[in-house]
Amino acid sequence: MIDFEPTQEQNEAIDIAHKFAEELFRPASRYYDEHEHESPRELIDKTWGERNKGTLALGLDVTACLRIEELCWGDAGLFLCVPGPGLGGAAIFASGTKEQLSRFLGNFNEGDPKWGAMAMTEPGCGSDTSAITATATRDGAEWVLNGEKIFVTWGKRAAENPGGLVVVWATVDKSAGRAGMKSFVVPAGTPGMRVEKLEKKLGIKASDTATLIFDNCRIPFENILGNPEVKKVDKGETKGFKGAMATFDATRPVVAAMAIGVGRAALDFIKGTLDRQGIRIRYGVPKQKLTALERDVMEMEANYKAARLLTLRALWMMSQLQPNNLEASMAKAKAGLAVTKITQKAVEIMGPLGYSRKYLLEKWMRDAKINDIFEGTGQINMLIVARRVLDYSRDQLK
Amino acid sequence: MISFNPTEEQQMIVSMAKQFANDEMRRMYRQCDENGTIPEGVIDTAWKMGLTSGSIPEAYGGPGGERSAITGSLIAEELAWGDLSMTMHALCPALFAYPILEMGTDAQRKKYLPLFCGEKYKAATAALIEPRFGFDPYSLSTAARLDGNEYVLNGEKCYVPLAAEADLLLVYAAENGASRAFVVEKGTHGLEIGERERNMGIKALATYEMTLRNCRVPKENRLGGEKGYDFNRVMNCSRVALSAMAVGVAKAAMEYSRDYAKERVAFGEPIGSRQAVAFMLAEMAIEIDATRLMTWEAAWGLDRKEDATKEAALAKAYADDMVLMVTDRAVQILGGHGYVREHPVELWLRNGRGFATFDGMAIV
Repeated sequence: MIDFEPTQEQNEAIDIAHKFAEELFRPASRYYDEHEHESPRELIDKTWGERNKGTLALGLDVTACLRIEELCWGDAGLFLCVPGPGLGGAAIFASGTKEQLSRFLGNFNEGDPKWGAMAMTEPGCGSDTSAITATATRDGAEWVLNGEKIFVTWGKRAAENPGGLVVVWATVDKSAGRAGMKSFVVPAGTPGMRVEKLEKKLGIKASDTATLIFDNCRIPFENILGNPEVKKVDKGETKGFKGAMATFDATRPVVAAMAIGVGRAALDFIKGTLDRQGIRIRYGVPKQKLTALERDVMEMEANYKAARLLTLRALWMMSQLQPNNLEASMAKAKAGLAVTKITQKAVEIMGPLGYSRKYLLEKWMRDAKINDIFEGTGQINMLIVARRVLDYSRDQLK
Repeated sequence: MISFNPTEEQQMIVSMAKQFANDEMRRMYRQCDENGTIPEGVIDTAWKMGLTSGSIPEAYGGPGGERSAITGSLIAEELAWGDLSMTMHALCPALFAYPILEMGTDAQRKKYLPLFCGEKYKAATAALIEPRFGFDPYSLSTAARLDGNEYVLNGEKCYVPLAAEADLLLVYAAENGASRAFVVEKGTHGLEIGERERNMGIKALATYEMTLRNCRVPKENRLGGEKGYDFNRVMNCSRVALSAMAVGVAKAAMEYSRDYAKERVAFGEPIGSRQAVAFMLAEMAIEIDATRLMTWEAAWGLDRKEDATKEAALAKAYADDMVLMVTDRAVQILGGHGYVREHPVELWLRNGRGFATFDGMAIV
């Protein structure tokens, strides 16, 4: 049955997450935007505690994403400081064995705060993830990793805090192309893995975006995710790469959920301001009678709704174990672009209030933009959607 | 619980509507558009599927199915994918029957609903739109004045589908500023059906201008009687129906231009393998899906008897823009071939452009 009502449990989850967003995230928002690379200790400890109680559990299901929307309504940068297995966990979840799931994630919630990260992008390749040059070489019972990874979200926290992990994508056989691409779990503190630098960014400044260097970094053989065999078959068969892509099917809707949280923050700010000015948005009034302001706000709201519903559908499909490659990319492409435009419009509408750092709107505009970039730029997601719509392979539609 | 799965029953109705759209409507829609007529046979076939009468309670002679805006949207999308003119024609009686069913007095329900449960298509319609700049359904120029035991109606209407053949019309008019509705039977003195209109699109659907000149109807013909009715809900049911139909038209255009883009070769490759074309199709697909989901959400609110004005209005405004964007791009992807009437995309662009105007011309 088509239904849009969250369960009672989900509504409670939303309420709790919203309270955290309001009481813990919002008051710290500006400070950590202006003190880049400082760690929000209190927020980390509190959210870690709640996470272990289950109140803020963040995973890949519908409930988790409803929470994520709320937390990112609070602050998207601070959300990216919340401890947890993150994208590293998602990768293990998508392509790890049962044994690996329990080995790497079984005790993750115990002890001190921990983070998981995924290292894919390199200086020479971003969206073209099949072009990665980092290598993994077999040496007896170990893999030896070499290479440089950039733009690793949670990179520093995951690599340096005990118990954390980084999932690294590397090739075991350059000549095998995509089939040679594998992912490896590198535990925090493994010798040979180091943080080279932290990026200074346009937005989400509280998030540690790191460059990681792997210099003869040795990990146990069984830390490879998925099948260690390199199947050299025709170009179409790209198992290892498919592992990466399956991860994206799971994580793209999550990023979309983050995006809509930021978008809603901007929308709520606008509506609150208009409300105090006594300006009411008249839904259902004929277009020619609407003010330009009403049109703008309605367009922003409609785009927010469109992005949100596409996101919920992609997540729902995942929870039903239905393939959601197309829908995940649809949600991500729409949400990334929608909130970029919503927040930019919001700054415009609010005039001097929008541009001033006295308010958070300008920050949300800066924060929102990342959603159109990470986990696949808007263009890459459009390309995926286009291939699915046209039923084209990557060779047929480049 | 959040879910995007239609029920089994809905899936059955949808596949029936889809088959009808594909086998019957798609066979003749171009000819209908050129001739400006729709064969009776196809409308009768649609009627026998129970699209209008299906939700009329057994007490009034109907099968008593559940009336649902979600089911209605699912059907409307499939039919409109087949052809918009035929869809609006086939579903036109609902413009009269549904408001009576949901908001009529007992006497009104008893009197009119059984008429919609017969074997043959029962032509009935509603008159809302007025031929003037700045038309606003919430501020009608057509006026209703109580005079003794009768209402006197005065004003002009346009885009009244099937007005000439309809036995029953629901005429919307302002009574003390509020939009009320009145049952006007065919042949009532003062009801003047004008010329058939000639429009840019939906050319197969017969629509008319109409004048009410001191047109008198009994007092009890006011929809909902003394207590009146919820005009806003009627508008929202219309918005949802039209949004769903816009999705159907857009889907037709997207599919056709997608198939064309895979076949048409330029510079040694299908044009679909170029991002300039492929990205247009991707955006079309995303916006179609987004509009469908927004339509469902608004329909879902209506089914829960909520005031879904915000959801319905946003979905409808979004659908108006979406269907124009999608059908325009479909024409663009076909280039010169899209502009000639050998291909259907120009027809879908003309039909798609109408949605921003059609408020009140369809209902779920």
